[in-house]
Formats: sequence, structure tokens, C-alpha cells
Amino acid sequence: MNFDLRYPIGIMFSVFGAMLVIFGLASETKLYERSLGINVNLWWGLVLLVFGATMFLMARRAGRAAKESAARPVPTPAAKNGR
Amino acid sequence: MQSIQLGGIDYAILIIYFVFVIGIGWALKRYMKGSTDFFLSGRSIPAWVTGLAFLSANLGAQEVIGMAASGAKYGIMTCHFYWLGAIPAMVFLAIFMMPFYYGSRARSVPEYLKLRFDEKTRGFNAMSFAVMTVFSSGISLHALAKLMEMLLGWDYNACIAVSAIIVLIYIFLGGLTSAIYNEVLQFFMIVLGFTPLVYLALRDAGGWTVLKEKLVTVATNHPDKFAAGTWSESWAHMQNTAANPMGVEWFGMVMGLGFVLSFGYWCTDFLVVQRAMAANSMSAARRTPLIAAIPKMLFPLLVILPGIVAMGLHFSGQNSSFRIPVEPKHIVEKLAAERLNIPYDTIKDLKPVQKDALDAEGKKIAEELKQTQPDSTLVAAARTTQTQLQMRYDKLDYNMVIPALLQHYLPMGLLGLCLTALMASFMSGMAGNVTAFNTVWTYDIYQSYFAPNKSDHHYLWMGRMATIFGILLSVGAAYLASRFNNIMDMLQLVFGFVNAPLFATFLLGMFWRRATGHGAFWGLLSGTGWAAIFHGLALSKGAAAGIKGGWLAQMLGLQTIPIPFRSEMAQNFWMAIVAWTSCFVLTILISLATRRNKTDNELKGLVYSLTPRPKSENEPWYKQPVTVGVLVLGATLILNIIFW
Repeated sequence: MNFDLRYPIGIMFSVFGAMLVIFGLASETKLYERSLGINVNLWWGLVLLVFGATMFLMARRAGRAAKESAARPVPTPAAKNGR
Repeated sequence: MQSIQLGGIDYAILIIYFVFVIGIGWALKRYMKGSTDFFLSGRSIPAWVTGLAFLSANLGAQEVIGMAASGAKYGIMTCHFYWLGAIPAMVFLAIFMMPFYYGSRARSVPEYLKLRFDEKTRGFNAMSFAVMTVFSSGISLHALAKLMEMLLGWDYNACIAVSAIIVLIYIFLGGLTSAIYNEVLQFFMIVLGFTPLVYLALRDAGGWTVLKEKLVTVATNHPDKFAAGTWSESWAHMQNTAANPMGVEWFGMVMGLGFVLSFGYWCTDFLVVQRAMAANSMSAARRTPLIAAIPKMLFPLLVILPGIVAMGLHFSGQNSSFRIPVEPKHIVEKLAAERLNIPYDTIKDLKPVQKDALDAEGKKIAEELKQTQPDSTLVAAARTTQTQLQMRYDKLDYNMVIPALLQHYLPMGLLGLCLTALMASFMSGMAGNVTAFNTVWTYDIYQSYFAPNKSDHHYLWMGRMATIFGILLSVGAAYLASRFNNIMDMLQLVFGFVNAPLFATFLLGMFWRRATGHGAFWGLLSGTGWAAIFHGLALSKGAAAGIKGGWLAQMLGLQTIPIPFRSEMAQNFWMAIVAWTSCFVLTILISLATRRNKTDNELKGLVYSLTPRPKSENEPWYKQPVTVGVLVLGATLILNIIFW
């Protein structure tokens, strides 16, 4: 099967991260009284963004490696595993 | 508890998540060409995905909510459900049992039983498993709808309908692969949604060292006067049943939970084993439980620690405003007692007539509370009662620990993320059961008893149909659960009887070639029977005879319970030990008395001594099951020593 799960994971968490960062920047500080005065939306949004981007890039790298080895006549183990 | 207000961003996160869930099902649709694609994912999934799904399939929201509840109620001893009750069994599955499941021609766990023993053993296991999955999935669905109704004020029926439809769509389209992929998505949602919550709660408590001091008060103020470290030390208070809030001693814990229940679940339950069977190679299948074991080891941080922290915060007086809510039924009961002028502390000893009057009054008050304005005197009285009962350990609603933490610490935005994670795990708990059900139904029941020798295309169609009626049955089970709580308790009890002895059958089947079909079947049945008899003779402190046990003693007219326990948990652990032992002994005896029904040749690939060992010497060390297994066990041991 050539469907890499890291794509949807990467995209979804990047979207969530971006949403939380923007919301964190736009919202008032009063909202963060309950979270001990920390703007958790902003900070955690950044974490999600980094996580999402990493997943996405890993999937893309694996996809490229698979394409390159598929072009060669004999498939290498990388072509079998990197989907 | 007041209901939680969600903002636009929270709804947006929720909706986007479900778009991705259904989108994954849609994207997988074109890969579903035959029944193996639908039921076994065409055995083509990489190990990291099956590993995380293996972990996630078990990590329903009931687990998240329940583990936090136990963390609050019993402290760090709850970690034994992970370190003792999961990791060793997962390593055993990877090293010793996976070669048989993956290497044999079996497509399901019941089918392994048929190949190894005979048709009747498989039939018994397949039927009980199919019924059990439908009800578990129904219970997940019911719990989700009930929680959402209470937290967000959503409509119960609408919640049931929407969740059932979402699960139906993505399994119908993408089969097991879809369920597995969504379980992985859910794994990341839980980890990334709960980490900030745990961080905030722990920070508010002042960190682990300060929290430990607070937990001393929790333990010493308990009506049972526990030793100071009871909530923060996992092994030190297990010398006898009176020394810890679980009411369990070390032998019952190690044998009951650590051996019988744990190996019985992780090594034989098709729901989890199916994930490993979908892996793309023998090596990946064996690594699946090991990859799952690494996060499993650390999961107490996410699911048990919040409960422990909540308990510390709850009992730290003015230092924190966080409180675990009191169970609503106790509030109503106390209000009713006040109205009827009955002293609250005597209601345990009331005569049946008075008890009925109290219950009727309670029902009336509950109705009034629903209808009155938020500023009415009744609501104010309920609030006062809540505060009065808050210091009493047995009145707290431990299942509300996670929702209460969510509401207290998370602002709009993160709140949506965390709630979505909770909903996601309820749904994937349901989906996991549905995929296991449709496989066992199609291969082990439909194909073997109703319609053998049909085309593969026909079985794929049947799998899709089984998905539909499996979900319809789950919806029915959910409504059954909402109407008759007792039926659900009863069913879970019966499943407990059936499951407890199962690991003895597998152990003998895999490691003793002399075990026969008759031995397995009758051993299993008598193990189940002994479990039921034991349950009928045992009862935990303070419980009434009936569904909690003791019914047989009552029927026989015995004045005292022959096997008393301090807690229900200890009773369960010992019931498992009895069931396992009787199944083990009887299977051996009956096997020796009956003739073998399978030749050595037929048992090749099914029994340890007749199967060539899978080779993994050419793989790097981190891909060798034995090496990784030993490392995982070593790390778990270190965790146990740190938190001894």
C-alpha cells in the first residue's frame, strides 16, 4: 500500500498548531487566568506546529527515497519499507 | 458540575479532526480489494503503526477516565495495571506467542484454536468473543454520549447517532486499516492533548516533591489511617490487604493481575492481537507489542498522574481551588435525608420501608434540581451539601477527575483539543471492537457454520454487512446500558468468568503438544464454571450479595460469606487465579485421559517444540525481539524500583 500515515498526521497537527498559535496571539490574557497565567494556546500551538511539520517532512523524505529506488531495476529494502 | 462552555475554535478543532478521520477512510477505500485487505489490512502495515494501534486499541476513553479515577482513589499503586499488568505480558506475546499467531495460517485468535485444538473450542471462543465485542462497543458508545450530555449539554440520542455514523463510515470504507490508522491518530491526540493538562495540574500542585508531601495528608487522614507513603509508593504497602486502599496483598496482585488477568488479556484477546497480525512481516508483527510497550511504560504519567495530582490538590485546603466533585447521588441522598429528618449517617442501617421513602424523596429532589433556576434555594442547598461531603473519601465522584481538571485548567482552544482527544478515544474504542467483531463473525462464525466455500468477494461483502449490523447492535447495547445498568454489570461479570481461564488453554496449546481438543474445551468450560462458583461464594466488604458475589452462599442459606474480601478488586484477582488454575489442571488431566486429535505434522507451526524458531540474527539489535524485550523489562524494573 502506498499511503503514508505521516502525511495526514503531519497536516492535521500543523493545522491545529497554526490555529492555536493564532488564537493564542489574538486572545486576551484574561483567558489564561485558569492556566496559571501561561498562554498555553500559543506555546502548545508551537509544539504542535513543530511536531506536525516534522511528521510531514519525514513522510516526504520517505516518499522521495521510495521513488528514487523504484526507478532502479532491483528494488532495495528501502523501497519495501519506506512507503 | 457546571457544564463546560465551548468556543468557536473548540468546535473547529473537533470538526477538523472528524474530517481527517473520515478522509482517511475515504483514501483507503481503493485498497480494499479482497477480504484479507478488509480484515487483516492485507498484512501490509509497518511496525510503528501497528505498534501504536496495539496500544491505542486498548486505550479507550474509559481507560483514560478510569485510570485517573483509580489514581485518585488508590494512588501510585494503580501503575501496576501498566508495569505489572501489561508490560511483561506484551513482551511474552512478542517473543513467544506472535510466531504462532502470525506464522500459522490462522486469520484470527479463534481460528488458531481450531487449528490447534478443534471446532468446539473455536466455536465457544468465537461466540463469547463476538458477543463481548458488541457489548463493549455499546458501552463505549453509551459512556461517550453520557459524558457529552453531562459536560456539554449535548443531546444523548444525537451523540449516539453521530458517533455511530462516523465509526460506520470509516470502517465500512477502509476496514481494519482505517481503524488502525485512526487509532494512531488518536494516540497522538491523547498524548498531545493531555500533556499540557498534566503539566498545568502538576505545576499548580508545586511539582512532584511538594505533591508527595500533600499526599501524606491524603493517606493519613483517610478513615482507614494508611501509612504516610501509601499514595506515592507502589510496592511498599502490599504486605497485607489492610495496608493499602486497593485492599490487595502482593500475591493476589502478582498472580491475579500480573499473571492471569494480564496475560489472559494481552496474549489472547483478538482485539489487540489483530493489530499485530496486520503487520507487514513476521519481524514487524513481533515488534508490534514491543513498540507498544515503550509508550505503555510511560503512560501512567499521562493517565494516572493527573488522578494522583487531583487528589493532592483536592485535599490541600486553601492552597488550591481545585476540587473533585461529589457524586450527585450522595448530594441528593443527603438533601432527601434532611427533608425527612433522618440523620445522614444512619441511612446505611435504615429499614427497607424507610429506605424506599428516602429513594423516592431523592428522585423528587433530582427532578426539582433539573428544573429550578440556578439561583434557587435548592441549588444553594445542594452546593452547601457538596462542600460538606467534599472531605469524605467515599463520596467523591472519581470518574469526574479528568473532566474536572479539564474545566479547571484549560482555556478555550486547548480545551477543544483535549475534549476531541477524549471523544476520539471513545470512538476508536468502539471501532476496535467493531473490527474485531466483523472479522470473527465473518471468518469464524459465518464462513465456518453458515456459508463455507463462497468467493472471497462474498466474504468482503459480508464483512461490510457485519460492520453495519455490528454497529446497529452496539447502538442497541448502548440503549440497553442506559436503561438497565444491571444487565451491563451482569454481562461484564459473565465475560470475566469466560476470559479468566483462557490463558491456561493457550499456554498449554502452544507449549505442550499432548494437549487435546477435549482437554482444551472441557478445561475451558470448567474454568469458567469454577470462576462462577468462586464468585458466588466470595463477597467484598460492605457489598450486598447478588451481582457483586455471594449469591451462591445466599442460595445455600449460609449465614456468613465463606470467602470474604476487603475489596472488589482483590475478589476479582483471586477469582482469576482460581479460574486459571482449575482450567490448567483439568486441561492436563483430561488431555492425558483422551487420545490426541492432531498429529505432530498437523501441529507444525502451532506448537513451540514443533516449530522452527523465527530467525532475526541478520537484523540490527533494535529490531530483534529478544534484545528489545529484555531492555523493555529492564526499564520497567527500574521504574518499579524508583517508585517502590
